[in-house]
Amino acid sequence: MKILVCISHVPDTTSKINFTDNNTKFDTNGVQFVINPNDEFGLTRAMWFKEKQGATVDVINVGGPETEPTLRKALAIGADSAIRVNTPATDGFQVAKQLAKVAKDGEYDLIIAGRESLDYNGGMVPGMVAALLDANFVNTCIGLEIEGDQATAIREIDGGKETVTAGLPLVIGTQKGLVEESDLRIPNMRGIMQARSKPLKVLDPIDAAAQTTIEKFEKPAPKGAIKLIDPDNLDELINLLHNEAKVI
Amino acid sequence: MSVLVYTESEEGKFKKASLEVASYAKEVAQILQTTVTAVTFNTSDASELKNHGVDKVLNVTNDKLSNFNAEAYSDVLKQAAEKEGTKVIILSQSANSKYLAPLLAVHLNAGYASNVVNLPESADPFMVKRTAFTNKAFSHTKIETEIKIIGLSNNSFGLRENQGNATAEEFNPTLSEEDFSLKVLSVDKAKDKVSIADADIVVSGGRGLKSGENWGMIEDLAETLGAALACSKPVSDMGWRPHSEHVGQTGKPVAANLYIAIGISGAIQHLAGVNASKVKVVINNDPEAPFFKAADYGVVGDAFEIVPKLTEKLKEFKAKNA
Repeated sequence: MKILVCISHVPDTTSKINFTDNNTKFDTNGVQFVINPNDEFGLTRAMWFKEKQGATVDVINVGGPETEPTLRKALAIGADSAIRVNTPATDGFQVAKQLAKVAKDGEYDLIIAGRESLDYNGGMVPGMVAALLDANFVNTCIGLEIEGDQATAIREIDGGKETVTAGLPLVIGTQKGLVEESDLRIPNMRGIMQARSKPLKVLDPIDAAAQTTIEKFEKPAPKGAIKLIDPDNLDELINLLHNEAKVI
Repeated sequence: MSVLVYTESEEGKFKKASLEVASYAKEVAQILQTTVTAVTFNTSDASELKNHGVDKVLNVTNDKLSNFNAEAYSDVLKQAAEKEGTKVIILSQSANSKYLAPLLAVHLNAGYASNVVNLPESADPFMVKRTAFTNKAFSHTKIETEIKIIGLSNNSFGLRENQGNATAEEFNPTLSEEDFSLKVLSVDKAKDKVSIADADIVVSGGRGLKSGENWGMIEDLAETLGAALACSKPVSDMGWRPHSEHVGQTGKPVAANLYIAIGISGAIQHLAGVNASKVKVVINNDPEAPFFKAADYGVVGDAFEIVPKLTEKLKEFKAKNA
């Protein structure tokens, strides 16, 4: 089975978010970049398929050379090879077009992508890739087994979960729950050493225009001061929540 | 040219988010000087949509669609959009809507803006404000395509009353075998529990509660308020509470009217996930906890004493105001 794991290069979860160029660009100064957390769950699951079912695992990112360290981290976790499509990511659709082209040319059976990335929270890339490939799609995937060319997947739904089956090729939108947090793979010394000599192919992009453009960013308004209530005066809290905030 | 809105229902009842997207669709339609058409599935009574401005309802009655199916539902919405000459489609950000939105976007070649928090700032160019960097910022996004899909952030617009006719029409789009290539084997859903996505109030516990065995008072408070239960990341990582309760940057987002955080310090990642909540209350015995800088109301003290007392007082309050 050939697996393609789509990796987003995103600011880590503790990053302070600032903008430059008159609020049109994200300020990368001093920001640490990591593999998108939702992608990590997918990558760890892919490694299981590699180890237990002999699958091959390639990782891919759409971006400039600055994303290569993140791809190398994925190689260090155990992926066989990496692909970088050499173009900045402009919107979900444009990224999906690039990924779908590589997925189709490479005849991948399983395409894994985090269901949403920490930076733009689009939540659309996995579904768009599936639609462009005319492949089956399971979003919010928290369980996946594959036997031959049939997959059984568990999808998280509002208030519960649903078990589905589908044939390959399959695209899944991954998130926490697909594997346990404690089972997430992290690169070890050996992995890091091996990653250096694993192939990282740079491909030219296909022509694909974005469908949306971010014209400007805005930071949220500063928060007002908190109202502290004495623990011996909880009636006051109830009063404020009812009469002032009007939420109970 | 009507604005199309997908109004989800469960067991014949419209979800709160559906009434919200209908309300939103009405005001978008007013900006575009057109009407609102809602698409419903296996709903015999769509009259509730009348109060939120829906002019026409296209109801699809089909046994094969009694379980949600992203491919099939997206095909239905595509055909409805084509029938109506729709240029703007409004979806909620429920799990099912987020699942079908990208499929619909590709099939209609429509630009899709998710996490939208406001009415369009302008119709031409079509600009919407969205959250970004997990609630740490906003973006002003232009949708360039002829057909546009807006995913409206949960609880960002609210329910508005507007009178419409909600004239119901049976809609019979043509569906293919391919629409049903994914088969549902089983659905496992808590019947009487309110989900975090749909809840008006969310009660959340953190590491300060010392053990999963201390959750009884959290559950009592939640039950008294009719609230959904949630927890911080460490609590779910340690297995004290199920993954499905984890809220935060890498867990579920919370956009409730009221979020009560008990024994949670308020790390940036947690705050990012719950920031869209309208009112935040923190109960923590550490006055230096970062959450006290990010909440609206706070009580510094021992949660083990405060929470049961608060629950008692809320019960009295509810009895008095019944």
